[in-house]
Amino acid sequence: MPFLVHGLNYNPHPMKLTIDEVRHVANLARLGLSDDELEAMASQLSTILEYIDKLEEIDTAAIPPTAQVGELADVMQEDEVGPSLPQEAALANAPAREDGYFRVAAIQE
Amino acid sequence: MSVRSAHLDASIADLATRLAGGEVTARQLAEESLARIDARDKPLGAFLRTTPEQALAAADAADAAIKAGIAGPLAGIPMAVKDVLVTEGVETTAGSKILAGFRPPYTATTVRRALGAGALPMGKTNCDEFAMGSSTENSAYGPVHNPWDLGRVPGGSSGGSAVAVAAGETTFALGSDTGGSIRQPAALTGCVGLKPTYGRTSRYGLIAFASSLDHVGTFTRTVADAATVLAAIAGHDAMDSTSAERPVEGMAAGLAEGIRGLRLGVPKEYFVEGMEPGVEAAVKTALDQLEKEGAELIDISLPHTDYGVATYYIIAPAEASSNLARMDGVRFGHSAPDARTVTEQYARARAEGFGAEVKRRIMIGTYALSSGYYDAYYVKAQKVRTLIKQDFDAAFEKVDAIVSATSPTVAFPLGAKTQDPLAMYLNDVLTIPADLAGVPGISVPCGFSEDLPVGLQVIGPSWREDIVFRVAAAYESLNDWGSRVPTALAGAV
Repeated sequence: MPFLVHGLNYNPHPMKLTIDEVRHVANLARLGLSDDELEAMASQLSTILEYIDKLEEIDTAAIPPTAQVGELADVMQEDEVGPSLPQEAALANAPAREDGYFRVAAIQE
Repeated sequence: MSVRSAHLDASIADLATRLAGGEVTARQLAEESLARIDARDKPLGAFLRTTPEQALAAADAADAAIKAGIAGPLAGIPMAVKDVLVTEGVETTAGSKILAGFRPPYTATTVRRALGAGALPMGKTNCDEFAMGSSTENSAYGPVHNPWDLGRVPGGSSGGSAVAVAAGETTFALGSDTGGSIRQPAALTGCVGLKPTYGRTSRYGLIAFASSLDHVGTFTRTVADAATVLAAIAGHDAMDSTSAERPVEGMAAGLAEGIRGLRLGVPKEYFVEGMEPGVEAAVKTALDQLEKEGAELIDISLPHTDYGVATYYIIAPAEASSNLARMDGVRFGHSAPDARTVTEQYARARAEGFGAEVKRRIMIGTYALSSGYYDAYYVKAQKVRTLIKQDFDAAFEKVDAIVSATSPTVAFPLGAKTQDPLAMYLNDVLTIPADLAGVPGISVPCGFSEDLPVGLQVIGPSWREDIVFRVAAAYESLNDWGSRVPTALAGAV
């Protein structure tokens, strides 16, 4: 069954992912990839996703999803002020800092 | 065949007796461990860094506590810690370049508790980058080698911790298991590896890979030692909202009880296609021994086993893609200081800092969570996870524990699977389901195939580590696999 990708219908075979799609996902992940990496990734991810498609063999229409297998849910604690990391310790590993803040590059060009 | 003899080849239980009797001091054990690491670790690569000052200081404190009669359960025992557990002031990299030089401002709860019980922190061990791998070949700092054959992998991702114990460099080690990363390397290196129930050990200070699947556990020489270390590190922690308020006492209570009358399930799906004949033979021999000891073997089915790997390779990368968003070079870690915009800064810091497997998983996870694919992949995998959990629930209505191989193969040659990610993933087919279901599992040495260790896996119901220990200890007592010295160490100091 074709999926809807960025408003385009495409047939998932033979390669499930095109290089353009890989580039889009890399951008979502804020992950820089070289042209060689994009190409290798398209092929490797396609192979992995084809394997994962075996999940379609199972009818899960009536099955609830499991997000976690712990026995706890909605763990609450009192809203109290407690000790926290001192500013100097929190900043100690920062690649760049200024006036007690983390420094980053411009948000917009 | 050489047999172990030094203090570092003994169990925690034996060392505790020797320490209490004055036969050895904690300081001597620390020095012996440091000497062992110095003499043995170069060709193995288990340690990323040692911490001799901390180890010797802890040893002196342990000796004082032993003298005063107030020693904790791990007093004077040399410990290695996988480099995904943060340690205050001691560089912690998770095997990644992106965290080179990172000195955490706090210590993981499990490590803090082990130290509080008197353990000696010998150093941090090598692992697959962010615990993503099954061979420890994905570390940015080079691979770890198997002490039974230096040309082979030790398994992963906790390969360094497994080798530290298997090679007698430390008496126990801490690791993490998300898809088999404790049990599989324990099997491939011939030591005991325990993954407890999800929620049994705190994840606070464990650098997150997949939060709903990450478990902190142990590598030890014996099953009884696994129970001792678990009791010391387990229990509720307010800093981890998934850590359970369950009592930790009594987990070792059944160790000497034997297994007469216990019902042991043998899942037919765990004799997978591609299982090596030597592994299958070792496991079948073990099953015969358990039956002779009075256990009742029951054929069971865990029908969704074959879907475990596919389910895992959606859920784990999805969670990883979210967890690893914090690796952006702003608050810590590798940065791209000359980037023009923050978006470029993120993309470059991550491009330069992450290795190939981590990039692959971030991409799979981001794709599976992206608009248009969320239901088809992520929700679908969560639903199959329900079925896998139900498989275990149904099985444990009929049996007390499940017994299988830990890994379908023995240790494979370095480089054999690095070009084929899917082949590497399939190595975890027998360990992944217990992570998805959150149930406890242990790998215990189960003989050899072609002179390489085989692991026997025992899986129990949630919160029943006591049964897991009981079955594993009964098997252990029938054999002497743990006393053999790894081949590559024959004649070593």
